Amino acid sequence: MPAFPDAAREAVADTRLRGNLAHATGTIRERRAAAVAELDDWDALRESGKQIKDHVLANLGHYLRRLEEKVTEAGGTVHWARDAAEANRIVADLVKATGESEVVKVKSMATQETGLNEALAEEGIAAYETDLAELIVQLGHDRPSHILVPAIHRNRSDIRDIFRREMPDAPEGLTDAPADLAEAARRHLRAKFLSAKVAVSGVNFAVADTGTLVVLESEGNGRMCLTLPETLISVMGVEKIVPSMRDLEVFLQLLPRSSTAERMNPYTSTWTGVHPGDGPRDFHLVLLDNGRTETLADEVGRQALRCIRCSACLNVCPVYERAGGHAYGSPYPGPIGAILSPQIRGIGSDVDASLPYASSLCGACFEACPVAIDIPEVLVHLRARAVEDGPRHPVERAAMTAAGWTLRSPARLALAQRLASASRRIVAPRGRIRRLPGPLNAWTETRDAPAPPAESFRAWWARTDGGRTEPRAPEDGTDDGTDGRTEEGQ
Amino acid sequence: MSAREEILRRIDGIVPARPAADVAADYARIDRDYARRHHADGVLDLFADRVAHYRATVLRAAEAELPRVVAERLAARPGTHGAPGDLPDAWLAEVTSGLVRDPAVADLDGLAGAVTGCAAAIAETGTIVLDHGPGQGTRALSLVPDYHLIIVRAAQVAPDVPEALERLDPSRPLTMVSGPSATSDIELSRVEGVHGPRTLEVVIAE
Ligand code: SF4
Repeated sequence: MPAFPDAAREAVADTRLRGNLAHATGTIRERRAAAVAELDDWDALRESGKQIKDHVLANLGHYLRRLEEKVTEAGGTVHWARDAAEANRIVADLVKATGESEVVKVKSMATQETGLNEALAEEGIAAYETDLAELIVQLGHDRPSHILVPAIHRNRSDIRDIFRREMPDAPEGLTDAPADLAEAARRHLRAKFLSAKVAVSGVNFAVADTGTLVVLESEGNGRMCLTLPETLISVMGVEKIVPSMRDLEVFLQLLPRSSTAERMNPYTSTWTGVHPGDGPRDFHLVLLDNGRTETLADEVGRQALRCIRCSACLNVCPVYERAGGHAYGSPYPGPIGAILSPQIRGIGSDVDASLPYASSLCGACFEACPVAIDIPEVLVHLRARAVEDGPRHPVERAAMTAAGWTLRSPARLALAQRLASASRRIVAPRGRIRRLPGPLNAWTETRDAPAPPAESFRAWWARTDGGRTEPRAPEDGTDDGTDGRTEEGQ
Repeated sequence: MSAREEILRRIDGIVPARPAADVAADYARIDRDYARRHHADGVLDLFADRVAHYRATVLRAAEAELPRVVAERLAARPGTHGAPGDLPDAWLAEVTSGLVRDPAVADLDGLAGAVTGCAAAIAETGTIVLDHGPGQGTRALSLVPDYHLIIVRAAQVAPDVPEALERLDPSRPLTMVSGPSATSDIELSRVEGVHGPRTLEVVIAE
């Protein structure tokens, strides 16, 4: 997986992708703002949502034990998985025990994180995605690029082409009208729903006090999967708990408005164990750790576990809007991906070490987040961790080490500043450095670096007694406005 | 060590387990300064308006007119309709089209539609909640057929989300319906109609 800057460079160059993304995120941003503005107590809801989630995280052992007890009492079976491989193993074994070789799936971030579909395929089990966007991704042999709308990078004509090519029962002369495309998906999947014996789902919320599981969706594919098959296997991250039913009054207001900008999503299903005569006879809940306990251990980074996967932070992010979801190299793209992926996977790879930098720190994500995750704060925190523990950012690490060494000694700092001021005469004829030497040129490839000032602040302070003898001269050779591109979005 | 023990051991090492009473006391201290409801009155009008906003058809009828309205709606969609065995007979008294009570799951895909009652409704969000108790049938009945007619009694309409949840029994399976099946997956614009009923009609019995 390439690190973010490399993947993003390619994506940004794809004008069609940028067009699709800008259109889709622009649409949803406006609608979301209106849906949120309609509730004058939004800030109070957001605060409660945050506190409920923090309370659960602070008492996670208590609530997990309670959830397990209640689900079991209601006739479900609870399984625990330390990591992705263990979760996939559990699901594959459960499917095999039914004698089936097919499962229908409701969109689930947790199983994308574990790579469940690929793991099942290796065991000879076919997994059929039933969410429209997931179906588009699956048929297009593609990867999801958005939490809520995994095929956001595709426009309607792309989708029509994929259906015509990959869907054997696609109607003759299929148009790119969204209603026709939805109809084609309906017909394609109906027989599967009616014959499937096993379904796999994710979980939006798990109510510890009652053992109730909650799934929010739009299309009805979720209801099909949760209701028609005989066996239901749900996979959830251990952080998805809320203490009681009452807490849903907060999250059922926060989530739909933040995600699809609706007052309520079309369908929300809840179930508590098994309900004889209605729905699956056999229910299994897989509780997934997969790096979440490591995330919990980081007191700053822990807040990422409050995430309810609404995707509002993606839709408002200037970096996401231009780079798209694939560049993040993780099932969780955008701002939340930039803080969640490196934490649950560990900062062991180039891609994970680069993710905390995939942001301009503009703060729009924090503003939009319905559970008030301070994403910029976590990004900065993780940047520090990436420098300490990251795989290899030799230039940066060397620079940081040198900076630390320089800054610790006033004499060394003064010397460094004199050297920098001297160097500007060589490299910055117009006050901008067009190209930094060596590996640092990655920085100047797409922007100019400002030249160091003619005189450092420290030198000026010493020479003029803190400005008492001479006001500080305006810097010469500053940007004349014709030269150099800016790094910030337009 | 089992996965269960190991995960709980890790968690207890980070956020040590505390007595249940302390956890409950902390839980009770969570700030809940949000509104219990967003609209003071006009609840039924609000509900009708919000349901219609999702492009569902909303009709209002006096209790006495209900049998006629139900019969008309079903007659407009020729074919056999499914209904829960315990849906009040009076509601279906004037239906002349084909009607089957408690159809088998295997027969659902052949039905023209389904008619059910509900457990509660939420005005603010235009949501109808089924708990699949009396008059509502199984979850499959109101899912597989392409048309769903729901009868909502005026007293079942709660003004907002918190009050509606208080009225519901979490041990029941719940289905919350806000408009017909829809998707936002194509260019993030809402399109009605994917796998659930593509036509939703709601009769408010006053
Ligand atoms: S971080 Fe916040 S805004 Fe982003 S997906 Fe999670 S809950 Fe939504």
